[in-house]
Amino acid sequence: MPRKLPRKDVVIIGLGWTGAILGYELATSGLDVVAIERGPWRDTANDFPPAYAPDELRYAVRLDLFLRTQQDTLTVRNKTNQTALPIRQFAGFLPGNGVGGAGVHWNGQTWRFLPTDFNLRSHLEQRYGKQMLPDDMTIQDWPVSYDELEPYYDRFEKLCGTSGKAGNLRGQILPGGNPFEGWRSSDYPTPPLKQNYGQTLFAEAARKTGHNPFPQPASNLSEAYTNPLGIRMGQCTYCGHCERFGCGNYSKSSPQTCVLPALMRLPNFSARTESEVTKINLDSTGKRATGVTYVDSSGEEWEQPADLVLVCAFSLFNVRLLLLSGIGTPYDPQTGQGVVGRNYAYQTTSSVGVILKDKILNPFIATGANGMMIDDYNGDNFDHSGLGFVGGGYMGAGQSNARPIQTHPVPSGTPKWGAAWKKAVAETYQSAMRLSTHGSSYSYRDCYLDLDPTYKDRFGRPLMRMTFDFHDNELKMSAYLTDRLAEIARALDPVELTATPRTGPYNANIYQTTHNTGGTVMGNDPATSVVNRYCQSWDVSNVFIPGGASVFPQNHGYNPTNTVGALAYWTADAIRNRYLKNPGPLG
Amino acid sequence: MRRFITTALLVLSSGAAVHAQTVTQDFGAVDRGRYVSILADCGGCHTAPGGKPFAGGLSLETPFGRLVTPNITPDRDTGIGNWTDAEFISAVRKGRGRHGTRLYPAMPYPTYSKMSDQDVTALRAYFKTIEPVRNEVFSNQLPFPFNIRASMVVWNWINFKPEPFRPDTSKSADWNRGAYIVQGPGHCGTCHTPKNLLGGDKTENALNGAALQGWFAPNITPAHRDGIGRWSKEELVRYLKTGTNDWTLASGPMSEAVTHSTSQMTDDDLNAIATYLKDSGLETTDAQVTPPDQNVMKVGGAIYKDNCAACHRDNGQGETALFPRLAGSALVQQNDPTTLMRIVLQGSRAVATDLAPTGPAMPPFDWRLNDAQVAALLTYVRNTWDNHAAAVDSGTVQKERQWLAKSP
Repeated sequence: MPRKLPRKDVVIIGLGWTGAILGYELATSGLDVVAIERGPWRDTANDFPPAYAPDELRYAVRLDLFLRTQQDTLTVRNKTNQTALPIRQFAGFLPGNGVGGAGVHWNGQTWRFLPTDFNLRSHLEQRYGKQMLPDDMTIQDWPVSYDELEPYYDRFEKLCGTSGKAGNLRGQILPGGNPFEGWRSSDYPTPPLKQNYGQTLFAEAARKTGHNPFPQPASNLSEAYTNPLGIRMGQCTYCGHCERFGCGNYSKSSPQTCVLPALMRLPNFSARTESEVTKINLDSTGKRATGVTYVDSSGEEWEQPADLVLVCAFSLFNVRLLLLSGIGTPYDPQTGQGVVGRNYAYQTTSSVGVILKDKILNPFIATGANGMMIDDYNGDNFDHSGLGFVGGGYMGAGQSNARPIQTHPVPSGTPKWGAAWKKAVAETYQSAMRLSTHGSSYSYRDCYLDLDPTYKDRFGRPLMRMTFDFHDNELKMSAYLTDRLAEIARALDPVELTATPRTGPYNANIYQTTHNTGGTVMGNDPATSVVNRYCQSWDVSNVFIPGGASVFPQNHGYNPTNTVGALAYWTADAIRNRYLKNPGPLG
Repeated sequence: MRRFITTALLVLSSGAAVHAQTVTQDFGAVDRGRYVSILADCGGCHTAPGGKPFAGGLSLETPFGRLVTPNITPDRDTGIGNWTDAEFISAVRKGRGRHGTRLYPAMPYPTYSKMSDQDVTALRAYFKTIEPVRNEVFSNQLPFPFNIRASMVVWNWINFKPEPFRPDTSKSADWNRGAYIVQGPGHCGTCHTPKNLLGGDKTENALNGAALQGWFAPNITPAHRDGIGRWSKEELVRYLKTGTNDWTLASGPMSEAVTHSTSQMTDDDLNAIATYLKDSGLETTDAQVTPPDQNVMKVGGAIYKDNCAACHRDNGQGETALFPRLAGSALVQQNDPTTLMRIVLQGSRAVATDLAPTGPAMPPFDWRLNDAQVAALLTYVRNTWDNHAAAVDSGTVQKERQWLAKSP
């Protein structure tokens, strides 16, 4: 029997971006809030001091900050007729662990989705006709519009102090920014980062070939900044240790650098770390959550009663917790009925490697989100007539790192080891550049998450099963985008060019991104969504999933974090201004 | 009001024969007393980390041994609930506790003796109203012979010259208010004034900086190099109010003073303190600094670039309210490098306040830099960007490292 704790107003499951934002917004509204976090407490000075934060072996190779499969894992297969096998070492995507969550180890790319991304199905059907979309593609409109979400994007960017250059300021297209972006109510809080030589060369080539390059929006700060919570951040040092690392210089936006110092001062907020929520508890009607059960690091089981349960774990684990707690009907791909686990999507990435002539690029001068990008081939920014696919992505020259253990570019034909390989690495390191595309991943009837029939975790609960493969639409898109990128790259007059479009089948052993989306999608129809437009469960109205990427109906051609943050603020406002006044389903 | 003061004076001058009702219980006095407790930072010492306010239990490491601060809530058994007003007032101003027990001067009665009658009686009124907390504390954990309280008779005879605050009529009211707070309730000198062998103030060096609890409370006279001479009045106010300004961030024992005391003072009082400190006239002749060995400087510069420049920058400018500025920093140029050694070896977290909640921290480098490297680094930092201060030798760093290893 779990030991029962005193009731709280709000229990938050997971203390990453959404948990920290909701914790702050609701605790400052006077509610008594507790966050329960599976992993350890993490703090800039104690856990990522600059003296050892840039330890590539520890963090990038041995993945120190990430979830261990001994703690939890999932099984994966490509097709519904296969038997899924458990991931025994995370590789293809890397779920975080501990306070800060993915906000600790991300690169800092801070994109907004396009206005037409939010009414994707209606927009595409209207422009190209219904026949353009494959029968088994299950994309749907978001229940919120870009215009509704804009003020919340703005808030999250101001929380982060994001560096960038506006391309569309209140409808006015500005030179040097992204001309395709949705309107912005204000410019980025801090100016763009300085670009390295390779990125500058790419931007010139893109301009020469008729494209519209701009600096990638980056939550690696170009200058010191004080956010609206009064928290101070420092200027990025371009050390090139963002993704997979915590930032020791207070310059990468994270819950640690942007929220926790203010949040932890609030007397009505507390956090319990190394405590894993195993279940959201429901009352006898199944319509109301009574709190959560969790297990602490000594194995002791506790019940935390609460009036409001906020599911703020990483997207995959949000889905699993709902499945394990019996909230919502599990999705069945045979009938297409049910919703929990439906519309799992990912990201379709590809790359073009170039080796330039007589160039010294100093690629180690890098930040997670630095780079020059073009958005000409994203979403529906270009005419898809006759192309045989929908969707797109941004592309360009990002320079997130060129760390010594994992960066050794060589010309094709170089031996895989030995003196010739070493010589080639030494000669090529300074002149090689990797360009990439970051493409959408639309949702399909046979891509979903459910509970595995065979494998169990350390508590005896079934693992979650991922069934996912790339579809022709995404592979065609990736081929098209990669070709366009290669055309620009040729304008750099490279010695060598290697284009690598995405090919199937999906392989969970090769790192692509950790942009796992969907499974508890938001929508206006309970038959095709788990949560309503306020991220509130249709079935249990005191459970919210405030903006984790699990609520995305499909994934677009951008990194998800800015939309996750915007939805967190959107949900916080709905809870504060609507739900608390009249608890129950929000219409 | 005048009548009230007269009554209070009578109370004080009549010694022990005081009755509880002579200290007024009106709201104005209680509220004033609450503010005086902030000026006097009673909570800074009498509240243990994570403990109930004023319930005592904080360990003070003095050069003579350990003292644990007593419970001063009105709990009858473990606090001061049974004390008379006269006993309370005598403890604050004369260092004589209940039944004449002699207090140790860790209780800053030598400076509290300068507090006005009005402030002390208000303080008493306030302390009657706070929540009684049951918390037994054994204060005197000093070794023999210091544990004999009677030894304080001699100490007081040498070091305790109680006298009321004397305003300087040639200065502004603001200056005088500042002087009163600094010398009286604020007891700044308790940490910032160097002590003689017996732990009494070296009054001729008042506020020139002093070592305590493994830190060096810096010089806060208007000295240009190692005092607050380069800080503007506004910067001083901002530092006391928020814990940070363009020069530095408070940490160590000062972060407690900021949290419990200065961040809660009125702007008028902070301005008064700054007015006085900028013009206290307490600066003394600067020490002669021998130029450092250039080879050591070269080594120190290389260590700096590898370990420090990412945050404090190549130019030593740091980042406001995040990474303390080293160039021109008074803290860096103190004659005693104890604080610098400690921060490099052990790291330190800056104070977080409502107005500056970040609370950034310097990580420890003791695992990475040996004594000679720390010495070279500090010698470099103390003598670059127009900084001038005595070189640090590795023996001093070794001693500090050993001390830190032993201290709790």
